[in-house]
Amino acid sequence: MFDLQIQQRPIPSIFETTPLWDLLVIGGGPAGLNAALYTQRKGLKVAVIAKEIGGQLHNTSTVDNYLGIPMIEGKDLSNVFLKHLEALEVPLYLDYWVASIQKSHDVFFVSMDNGTVLKSKTILFATGGQPKKLNIPGEATFANKGVSYCTTCDAPFFKGKNVIVSGGGNSAAEAVLDLAAWAKHITVIHRSQWRADKIILEKFKTIPNLTTFLETQILSIEGKDNMQGVWVLDKTNQAKRYIEADGLFIQIGLIANSSLIQPLTKTNEKGEVWVDDQFMTTMPGLFAAGDVTQHPFKQIVIAVGDGAKAALAIQQYLIHHS
Amino acid sequence: MEKFFNDDIRKQITQILGQMVRPITIKLFVDEKGCQTCNETQQLLGEFKETSSKINLEILDKNQNPKEAEKYGITLLPSFVMLNDLGEYKGVKFNGIPAGHEINSFISALIEMSGHPLKVPQVALDRIAKIKKPVNIKVFVTLSCPHCPGAVQNAHRLAMLNPNIQAEMIEANTFPGISQQYNVSGVPKIIINEKYELLGNQPLEAFLNEIEKSLRA
Repeated sequence: MFDLQIQQRPIPSIFETTPLWDLLVIGGGPAGLNAALYTQRKGLKVAVIAKEIGGQLHNTSTVDNYLGIPMIEGKDLSNVFLKHLEALEVPLYLDYWVASIQKSHDVFFVSMDNGTVLKSKTILFATGGQPKKLNIPGEATFANKGVSYCTTCDAPFFKGKNVIVSGGGNSAAEAVLDLAAWAKHITVIHRSQWRADKIILEKFKTIPNLTTFLETQILSIEGKDNMQGVWVLDKTNQAKRYIEADGLFIQIGLIANSSLIQPLTKTNEKGEVWVDDQFMTTMPGLFAAGDVTQHPFKQIVIAVGDGAKAALAIQQYLIHHS
Repeated sequence: MEKFFNDDIRKQITQILGQMVRPITIKLFVDEKGCQTCNETQQLLGEFKETSSKINLEILDKNQNPKEAEKYGITLLPSFVMLNDLGEYKGVKFNGIPAGHEINSFISALIEMSGHPLKVPQVALDRIAKIKKPVNIKVFVTLSCPHCPGAVQNAHRLAMLNPNIQAEMIEANTFPGISQQYNVSGVPKIIINEKYELLGNQPLEAFLNEIEKSLRA
């Protein structure tokens, strides 16, 4: 309960003495961290800018699909990544938000919300995603009043209560496992069929108070001061009904955190950043990798792989554009 | 009680606290008859004190020091305030143990209260300076919430920059009563002047927008 998740790091003085970086990685998730690791090893002047290290790993209780590291907590995997970067002395600029990115005469200007401006020849934008919303009536009204997007943060508030999990992927299935330790009853509601790994779903057999409604869509969230239930549509027979619940954990995927560079480059209809096979956006020198891009299958190992590929592509780009 | 710090963590924290500029004082209020996490908080702060000569720690029983407790508006236990090198209270308070992810907001407060320069853009500083009425910011957190320390840091930074602002972290699971009173079922939950709410970790600008809205009302 009291384990210490130390992320605080002094901002190294190298940020004051480096007039121009080869690469600034924006984002502290798996894609950005691996890109930084690869480019640091290549000898580029690289640094990572991130509000926090780990990104969405911190929203994940257990990771069991990362080759070689079975059954590890998301926060612990994040720490493993962080230690690896620190062992290679990758400069980290943590704890602040990026306010804007601009390009002028082949130099990128990254302005932080503390007023600092950093300059770089290239940028890797690896800001991941944030939980997607259902976009239904009541969702905004009852946000933090029963509606939650972070099981690791909020599960203890639902001790002995009835909760709903919305979603059918691994995140939703993991949320069920997290909540099983707290909730009186869990109802899973998903508009289609399970997409989660069978190995996770097998664990549901040990959860006594679990009900699953597949092919069922949540129409609205109802309540007074707090949420009290949801209206759902059973898509198999078009019947509507009300399900009482104190909480709703929405785990239906991600929205790309791309707003910062949408004015600079092309994004698709989902807001995901378009990149070519070299992970470059439509703006030369601006690269992107991980969950923020249009690539399907948002997975840790895929983000890590994309980060490595982007790093190698950036090195090639710098060779040809220096 | 088992120690919080192993050699690795102690070394790491000693290095980070090397950024502290001037001494600070922590006044920790506990109930000597016992309270949830009073002992643990006392031990954690004690281990921090061992890592830096710039940390002074005073442990006070609230019942035996009612005037001191009143001076700092202590209503929950454990609770601690941080004073600068001149002994001034700048409105930085923690209610509950700053462990788990929340250790980061605590470390940040230690460093910044000691006089390490706060990097805030001039435009934000100008807005902060214009706040002339009292502002209370409550940030409800859980120790397992990775997005909470950022919200606490912003609230505490605002307090350090304007004497009209007081900011307090409240560990929701330690204090279910006040958490229920403020209808907390998700964190971070930020309450400004008892009424205005911000959800999730937000940039400083969002805090200022909400503070200005509360003061216009």
